[in-house]
Amino acid sequence: MPEWWTYSLSDFLMFSSRTYYRQFELLNAEVWPAQVVALALGLAIPALWWRKLRAGQVHAGRIAAIILAAAWLWVAWAYLLGHYDDINWTGKYFAAGFALQALLLIFAAARNHLLLRRPGDGFGRAGVALFALALIGYPLLTILFHRPWTQAEVFGIAPDPTVMATLGIVAAAARPHWQLLVLPLIWCAYSGATLWTMESPDAALLPAAAGLAIVLVAGKGRLLPAIH
Amino acid sequence: MTPRLSRRGLLRSSFAAVGAALLPPMARAQSAPVLTRPVPSTGEKLPVVGLGTWITFNVGNDVVARDACTDVMRAFFAGGGRLIDSSPMYGSSQPVIGYGLGKLNHPPALFAAEKVWITPASRGRGQMDASRRYWNVPRFDLMQVHNLLAWEEHLRTLFAMKEAGQIRYVGITTSEGRRHRDFEQIMRTQPLDFVQLTYNVLDREAESRLLPLARDRGMAVIINRPFREGELTRKLARHPLPGWAAEIECKSWAQVMLKFIVSHPAVTCAIPATTRVDHVTENLRAAGGPMPDDALRARIAAHVEKL
Repeated sequence: MPEWWTYSLSDFLMFSSRTYYRQFELLNAEVWPAQVVALALGLAIPALWWRKLRAGQVHAGRIAAIILAAAWLWVAWAYLLGHYDDINWTGKYFAAGFALQALLLIFAAARNHLLLRRPGDGFGRAGVALFALALIGYPLLTILFHRPWTQAEVFGIAPDPTVMATLGIVAAAARPHWQLLVLPLIWCAYSGATLWTMESPDAALLPAAAGLAIVLVAGKGRLLPAIH
Repeated sequence: MTPRLSRRGLLRSSFAAVGAALLPPMARAQSAPVLTRPVPSTGEKLPVVGLGTWITFNVGNDVVARDACTDVMRAFFAGGGRLIDSSPMYGSSQPVIGYGLGKLNHPPALFAAEKVWITPASRGRGQMDASRRYWNVPRFDLMQVHNLLAWEEHLRTLFAMKEAGQIRYVGITTSEGRRHRDFEQIMRTQPLDFVQLTYNVLDREAESRLLPLARDRGMAVIINRPFREGELTRKLARHPLPGWAAEIECKSWAQVMLKFIVSHPAVTCAIPATTRVDHVTENLRAAGGPMPDDALRARIAAHVEKL
């Protein structure tokens, strides 16, 4: 791109904030009551985690990875291809990225690479808190920032809470793999930049979650170099 | 599309007139004649205010928003507007325009301005064909090379298309002052009908070379980003309209900004974008009434710079 230094983020924003949030409203109307199913699946992750722990089993991570994979795949199909691509040509590429993340999660489930044990330290508990914020807090942002509740962004339906929930689970895992973090972190940077350019009040939320996840994972030196 | 009015065109005009009669009083008031400027290469007259579609018409498949864009187009045509400008780079703007034109029975007044924006340039014809299908028009009036991307190859194609009657005019575009040196060089060497660039009360670099050159070379000039994507109007909204605005019959800062632009003798048409019917009506009002003279233009620029 010639004279690339003369471009600012706003030069790349192709849509208005009204159009951006309207996509969630349209999607929510189309897929209702899938939001209830998505939230139930999201809540199943900590429920199963806790139950497995009590039963002395350590494979809750497999179920979590499969649920997260389903969420990423659905977001890729229903939101990124079904709506976002209509207003931004990058939608199809991000959909491919979300599908790839779903494959990575399925692979992690198959190889039991997402080890969910008792979050015994502050790092693990912070990861769980991040997941809870994504699941419960994110839809409520709509009300907090005076947007119509019909535009609520729900885990498994909209990308931002799905990404944040994934960051929380990966950060809470005993030995997270870096491959599971790359695409969520890229999306956090992209979505944060989009919201910042639109002057959305919650623009800093996802980048902050990304920063927290990096700190949590790196904090104890628990990051594994690669999936084997 | 063409100046000649066919039976079908006459029928469409009649429907448009009926449609205009059904518009709210504010929009109807816009049927007053608008100031036009000739395209130097043919003498065809264009209203000095057109309609841009960057961001505003990129609403996806949202039927409610598409209908709102159609309302904007309806008010635009009812107010005497003609030129609508878009690009393959503008997301869903092209199909949204096509949707609106279909709802409005393809107003014969339409002057369809598009762009080609693709590399390699060999894919240009395919992209222009896709754009035409989105608009659902038999041909574009004006095809421009967007931001000078692969301009040499695209211009060769466009001149051949013009020769074959597939388009009527050829142009190039830039925005926000980018590549003005290259732009000037192309203007000096190519037989362009149109150039499109950024010019507004704060971004006046084009005054020094490009606008005088366009006059010398007999090229029509389309002005993009007249309000800096709304930044100017938002900023000026905090300040009262000066007394001299009444001298040029302006009731808003947007009208002052537009009159400043279209009163430049080299400018053919400004293309503000909007999602609101009242704004398109207000913009078209700036295409009528007295225009600022050189002294007032200088005063407007000095005043806005100080704010």
